[in-house]
Amino acid sequence: MTLVTVPSAGAPAPAPVGRLIDQFERGLDAPICLTWELTYACNLACVHCLSSSGRRDPNELTTSECKAIIDEFERMQIFYVNIGGGEPTVRSDFWELVEYATDHHVGVKFSTNGSRITAEVANRLAAGDYVDVQISLDGATAPVNDAVRGAGSYATAITAMGRLADAGFVGFKLSVVVTRQNIGQLDAFKELADRHGAQLRLTRLRPSGRGADVWDELHPTAGQQRVLYDWLVSHGEDVLTGDSFFHLAGYGDPLPGLNLCGAGRVVCLVDPVGDVYACPFAIHDQFLAGNVRSPGGFGEVWRHSDLFTELRRPQSAGACGSCGHYDACRGGCMAAKFFTGLPLDGPDPECVLGHGEHSLAARGDADPPKPSLDHSRRPRRVAVAMLPRRPDRACDESPLAGLGRDLRRD
Amino acid sequence: MPPIQHPDGDVVFDASSPWLLNPQVSLRPESFGALAYHFGTRRLSFLKSRTLLAVVEGLGDQPTGHDACRAAGVTAAEFGTYERALATLARSGMICERQAS
Repeated sequence: MTLVTVPSAGAPAPAPVGRLIDQFERGLDAPICLTWELTYACNLACVHCLSSSGRRDPNELTTSECKAIIDEFERMQIFYVNIGGGEPTVRSDFWELVEYATDHHVGVKFSTNGSRITAEVANRLAAGDYVDVQISLDGATAPVNDAVRGAGSYATAITAMGRLADAGFVGFKLSVVVTRQNIGQLDAFKELADRHGAQLRLTRLRPSGRGADVWDELHPTAGQQRVLYDWLVSHGEDVLTGDSFFHLAGYGDPLPGLNLCGAGRVVCLVDPVGDVYACPFAIHDQFLAGNVRSPGGFGEVWRHSDLFTELRRPQSAGACGSCGHYDACRGGCMAAKFFTGLPLDGPDPECVLGHGEHSLAARGDADPPKPSLDHSRRPRRVAVAMLPRRPDRACDESPLAGLGRDLRRD
Repeated sequence: MPPIQHPDGDVVFDASSPWLLNPQVSLRPESFGALAYHFGTRRLSFLKSRTLLAVVEGLGDQPTGHDACRAAGVTAAEFGTYERALATLARSGMICERQAS
């Protein structure tokens, strides 16, 4: 992503608009990055699944409802959507919907565990421009991956990557949720992506969905966060992050990306039953803005819902207000705070200055909020030892990559 | 004015040539200017001025890049700034040179 700016150097700049980041905080006419989860059904059962997926919800949007939503995305000029789930490809109308979207000038990037990427599908995907694929993998070796995503899921993902590479699909994404267990494999992930002509994408583990059950054990330690930050800085825009790690900006130079919570401002989630949430990591009533089935549809929710209107107002820095790094990290991730039971106007639980750890200690024994929905097939609270499910679709592709640094120049 | 070149000497943007918005690119006007999305490269760019948006939209109808700037109200004093912005867009394939008709 590039920022094409017209500096006012000497010339009378046409109607100065201020810093882009301020524009974004006030919200845009339509999202830049929209995640659309097509189904809660999934053939895996990853322990950290953000949407607690597993079983299909009987109330999921029908094919014709999905097409009507795509029509609206086209009217709003939403350039592309990040489709996830659940495992979106298990919907019998998945390819029909992808084709409908691209025919209506809505590009698609979809996240998958790779189980439905046959050689034929790979060839079809490689032949077109408008569909991008993101393969989820959370370990560069089978033991590390399968402990989180389930037995056999490593092999499935690697097979899918091989098929895409053989089909000549260059630049598909290898998407990794960074955990305490795989953080030592960053170079190996990069190598794996390079070997397949793919681009590596790293995202943050959130305590959302079933992720709340395993966050304590799986989220990177403070020392690991520093390693991650240095690694990301040294790889620059070569590695995508979906603007995931802006809470690390307190270490020094910002990472590529917007360094801003885009929830309800430039980002949102449409879930399988049409509920619109502020972001993909915040499936909870408190972040529910409305439903696409209500009068006015998605556009009405995006433009006028009370929640999104509120999120676009200036936010209080709260307890972070006196911290010299607030401008860099903006207090971190709203969902990470919420699902660890921390106040939204305080530090991120993984604040690089350690303020989050103090807040967590101060929280005491109070239970953090639970996700409002759970479509898990198995009882929750499994140990991190083994058991499957897919996570992730995150805010993508860093439509915002590179922006952070550019912004500093304006 | 000489064309804008890459360090390696390749011409990136010559305002005296005819240009057009890449057909694979969509523009979405916003209060700050516009978003531009390239469906081929899947890259998003931010055009940070409504005037720049007008220039880019007008490229295909004007004989040269320079004419497109003038038609959008860019003054001689501002031209260098807009030329650099267009060079950035050319480099990322958002706009391309068009065969003179």
